[in-house]
Amino acid sequence: MHLAQFNLARLRAPLDDPATEGFTANLDRINHLADASPGFVWRLVEKDDAVFNPFEDEMVIVTMSVWESHQALFDFTYRTTHLEFLRGRRQWFEHTEEQTVVLWWVPEGHRPTVQEGRERLELLRAEGPGPKAFTFRERFEPEPAR
Amino acid sequence: MSIEAIALLNDPVRRGLYGYVVSQGHDVGRNEAAEAVGVQRTLAAFHLDKLVEAGLLDAVFRRAEGRGGPGAGRPAKYYRRASGEFAVSVPPRDYRTAASLLAEVVDRAGLDERAEDAARAYGRKHGGDPERLLGERGYEPYEEDGVLRMRNCPFHALAEEFPALVCSMNLALLEGLAEEAGWCARMDPAPGRCCVALSKTNEI
Repeated sequence: MHLAQFNLARLRAPLDDPATEGFTANLDRINHLADASPGFVWRLVEKDDAVFNPFEDEMVIVTMSVWESHQALFDFTYRTTHLEFLRGRRQWFEHTEEQTVVLWWVPEGHRPTVQEGRERLELLRAEGPGPKAFTFRERFEPEPAR
Repeated sequence: MSIEAIALLNDPVRRGLYGYVVSQGHDVGRNEAAEAVGVQRTLAAFHLDKLVEAGLLDAVFRRAEGRGGPGAGRPAKYYRRASGEFAVSVPPRDYRTAASLLAEVVDRAGLDERAEDAARAYGRKHGGDPERLLGERGYEPYEEDGVLRMRNCPFHALAEEFPALVCSMNLALLEGLAEEAGWCARMDPAPGRCCVALSKTNEI
């Protein structure tokens, strides 16, 4: 099984606003870093646009990716220059007490859709961490195949 | 058991071996450890294995550098710091749970920047010579190409739980500590070390 990640965040200012520049200016670099990271499998790319917005709200931004293991995703997220990038999140994105990142296991080769990511996030928000939707802090191992 | 593990380090030879192994940045073989501490190889091996038994060190088997293939001999035993933590407090205290709960609140409330401000102010108040301070605070600093890096993260367990919050707070703390000396702290994360690196401001 591989680990899927979905993140949904709402910008404080539009993508072309100077207040968001620190985010947009570094996106390509961070995306390429992900692509080259050990254990990286796949990420959501739409027509080579680094930012993907499938919702009616144009301030909403999602990222979605698949990794070989929990450790691979953790190391990319928190043990590369992505960590420095993350520090800007409070500045660029609206704060919410709701969960914004969800993790879940997918069969190898599976490419999750945005709809699927959104459903997993809603499940996490509704029921808290469980085997079908969890977080970095409260993780679950893949369920044994039946 | 934490107290038994820590008590093992009361022996000067064992403490010397432990201190040497954890400060090398590479796995240490028996010969190297014995030479460093100035004891016989067999005595070093005996004590190193005691430290493994107690969970203070991990043992790994591999062939020496540059040797491989047929005739390379059997793999040798190497030692490195174990990932487990040992803490003893008399009387019992549990700051770890308190820290985790407070971090959860700060994280959920999105108060990262306030935590950074507090950490920076604390660092300034306790500032001084960066290398000495980092050593005293358990960061285990070492110099590499003019940059001061740290082998140990004193906030390790909390930083694994809340990486974005705790690593940013730690960065701000180190910025504050190093400011007086004119050193500059920046994020330079990699697995297996503290995510902050320090350098003299004008050299960045």
